[in-house]
Amino acid sequence: MLQTIAFYVFAAVIIFSALMVISSRNPVHSVLFLILAFLNAAALFILLGAEFLAWILVVVYVGAVAVLFLFVVMMLDIDFASLRAGFMQYLPIGAIIGLAIVSELILAYLGWATATPPGPPSATTPGVSNTEALGRILYTDYIFYFQTAGLILLVAMIGAIVLTLRHRVGVKRQSIARQVRRVPAEAIEILEVKPGQGVT
Amino acid sequence: MTVGLTQYLIVAALLFTIGVFGIFVNRKNVIIILMSIELILLSVNINFVAFSVYLGNLTGQVFALFVLTVAAAEAAIGLAILVVYFRNRGTIAVDQINMMKG
Repeated sequence: MLQTIAFYVFAAVIIFSALMVISSRNPVHSVLFLILAFLNAAALFILLGAEFLAWILVVVYVGAVAVLFLFVVMMLDIDFASLRAGFMQYLPIGAIIGLAIVSELILAYLGWATATPPGPPSATTPGVSNTEALGRILYTDYIFYFQTAGLILLVAMIGAIVLTLRHRVGVKRQSIARQVRRVPAEAIEILEVKPGQGVT
Repeated sequence: MTVGLTQYLIVAALLFTIGVFGIFVNRKNVIIILMSIELILLSVNINFVAFSVYLGNLTGQVFALFVLTVAAAEAAIGLAILVVYFRNRGTIAVDQINMMKG
């Protein structure tokens, strides 16, 4: 019973915050509502028994992706009011398409008869935690996919750095190589200055 | 009204629809469009995990993990492109990205 109430509360908060993400005037509020949606999705995952994915969702999304969004929103100096100009113009067509999609999906789900009736929610054998069970198949059966996922992250990291790196001209920087290469013979010059004459 | 597979799928369907709707109504603001894509991927993940749990097969959760990976990579690259575009043009309006006339 408590689980049912918790499910409906979390689901309602997810839907509400998703609506606020797309309709909020201030993008910072959008990002904060996105974080709320992710936290409640993590709670739904915990209700389902997938606690490893729930914590990964909190760590990766709330900790990394949402903060990245927040950085970009606050870093760019954008007139967000002008970007919302077409909001009312596109609202009717968007509402029609959205209603069409959601009614189709819900009709499909409600008229669904599964061949084997879904059993009680348990994806793991008793005595083995969800994280351990996931690790057992992730590092054996899916090891190549796991490595590919790492490669994708590496490519994304290098791509983001290459895209945003820029060398400004006219900025004084330290050059370690030049600094170390200097020897006293070429760094200083001893002159004997005769009286009455300057250094030419 | 007990909570079963159908309830989770309906939540995911609503979330997916809100994501698509968000792309439609915020056609000029790339940041909101990227957030809508994140919402869509989140709804896909809810579907994967719900099916994985109710069918008793962990493969769905493994795939949800990979979806999460790709979503994080996509957000990083998308925001990097956005920063570079803003640096060059001074705006992030999507309807002005037609310089290449592709």
